[in-house]
Amino acid sequence: MRREAPQKLGDYGPLFFPAMMLIVFFVVPFATMIAVSFFQRQQGGFYVPAFELANYQRFLSLFFANVLGFSLMLAVTVAICCVVLAVPFTYLLTRMARKVQIVWLVALLSVLSLSEVIIGFAWSTLFSRTAGITNLLVMAGIMSEAKALLPSFGAVLTGMVYQAFPYTVLVLYPALVRLDPTLTEAARTLGASPVKAFFTVVIPALRNTITATLIMVFIFALGSYLLPQLLGRPQHWTLSVLITDQAIYQSNMPFAAAMAVFLVLVTLGLVALTVLAGRKGDAA
Amino acid sequence: MSGLALNNVTKEFGTFTAVNNVELTVPHGTFVCMLGPSGCGKTTLLRMIAGLDLPTGGAIRLDGEDITNVPTHKRNLGMVFQSLALFPHLTVGENIAYPLRIRGVPKEDQKKRVDELLSMIHLSGYADRPVAKLSGGQRQRVAIARALAISPKLFLLDEPLSALDAKLREAMQVELRQLQQKLGITTIVVTHDQREAMTMADTVVVMKGGEIRQAASPIEIYRRPADTFVADFIGSTNLLEAEADGTGRVTVLGQPVSGVFLGADTRKATLSIRPEDVHLTAPADGALSGTVTFVRDLGGTIETFVDIAGRQIVAVSTPRARPDVTVGQPVGVVLLPDVCVVLAK
Repeated sequence: MRREAPQKLGDYGPLFFPAMMLIVFFVVPFATMIAVSFFQRQQGGFYVPAFELANYQRFLSLFFANVLGFSLMLAVTVAICCVVLAVPFTYLLTRMARKVQIVWLVALLSVLSLSEVIIGFAWSTLFSRTAGITNLLVMAGIMSEAKALLPSFGAVLTGMVYQAFPYTVLVLYPALVRLDPTLTEAARTLGASPVKAFFTVVIPALRNTITATLIMVFIFALGSYLLPQLLGRPQHWTLSVLITDQAIYQSNMPFAAAMAVFLVLVTLGLVALTVLAGRKGDAA
Repeated sequence: MSGLALNNVTKEFGTFTAVNNVELTVPHGTFVCMLGPSGCGKTTLLRMIAGLDLPTGGAIRLDGEDITNVPTHKRNLGMVFQSLALFPHLTVGENIAYPLRIRGVPKEDQKKRVDELLSMIHLSGYADRPVAKLSGGQRQRVAIARALAISPKLFLLDEPLSALDAKLREAMQVELRQLQQKLGITTIVVTHDQREAMTMADTVVVMKGGEIRQAASPIEIYRRPADTFVADFIGSTNLLEAEADGTGRVTVLGQPVSGVFLGADTRKATLSIRPEDVHLTAPADGALSGTVTFVRDLGGTIETFVDIAGRQIVAVSTPRARPDVTVGQPVGVVLLPDVCVVLAK
């Protein structure tokens, strides 16, 4: 099929509807948020239009810098854990019989249907002292006494990895299914053990997919605000938690908006850096 | 014994037997073509030799050593896949160096070997190109060079030329054969193209239904096929019902033919004669008489279709020996006894 560049305004017709939706539901709210971030807060929970940088100034403190740093670190850790777990898992999944694949994919989709709240409370039960998994370890004789595993960083990480894992698998799945299975076989005939073939052929051939998946899970994890509160201590709270706190409980919309804008900018910056690094790797 | 030996090799997938009790000896340095229709088990047999599939019965020996259960990566072989399976993330040079890199060969030696192989396949200076930028024939050569990088004991190719266009395929067949003779490497090619097998092989193995029907030199397969399947599959042939009396006399279409090669000594048999061995003469001289039904003049060869008592025979001749016939004309047909083969029905 030949593709021609659009000639008349009418040729852009199919784009009007999505463009309009994007403007109404993304550009307008985002612009409003940017505007609000410069407004002045009134005592009593309202704000008046103004142009002041106080909200951003307040943000530039060691406390918020630490929270931002922790949020990014947590999101990166979740992304790496998910990809490290999901790549071998999905690779093995694509090599299984069709029926087995369908059962697994349905199971993963059903995890997706769970809300963050349910996931949070389920894990807080599993990690509790009274009804948690440590009781099973005690029964098995591995531990002497049941103990609570939360609140802790490990609990937050587990919950978030659990939540993001199905997304990761579903993003990786199409690329891994399309991967020519004879590539691994060729590597084996050329002297690579199955494990070596996986690391020297499958992973490098999927580099772009893996980068894209890391970015997706990173952004997904950055927005998580319930699980850190349910499973972690206050020092494990992310910037998203603080934004929610400011917006809903402190009624400080301008400050919440300023934090949100800042988070978006930092995220965009990191993603751009990753993409650039990927380009450099391709050129080399 | 030096070379490859298959003893009673069998592969069953559930209740389906893909390869049934195959016995084959491939002496060192031989070029073998496994030929057969799709689903005949030839690819499965090759994959078992490579170790990508494990036989459910029998043994595979290489230079006297039992390799039946040795994992693929420890067999030190080279294989070219139908899809070529070049690594898309690596350049031409890196692809060829892959088996060397995996074995921990020093960088300088890798580079030297890659340059050597690139000049062997006439692609010197292509080392830094991405494989996606190559033409079909060039990719083919790179896949061959990569498989030969470690100078393997066994060189396996699964339908290696099927993706190329006809002209290039013919040229690559000659090139592959010359390369194999230069290197003296034991080579096994799976193909469904009998021209390819005739061009390249020392030994052609014709398979059907998971079994070897015949394993012999190309010319023997062509001249002395073991059964009607082989006769019909390799080249084209005329198959005629024949009756043998057990004493060496054979009757075809009511005419006795003496001195034919007896591939089978059954009463009901089939006589196979290649179209180029059928001679057309004037009606009176012929042992058999028939009528010309169609003449296909292809320029290089002329095919004459003759109807003899309801049976159709095709005769092929060159333009120089053009038979002077037209459609509807009665002709005599001579079946030369030394080129006829009688086969079990």
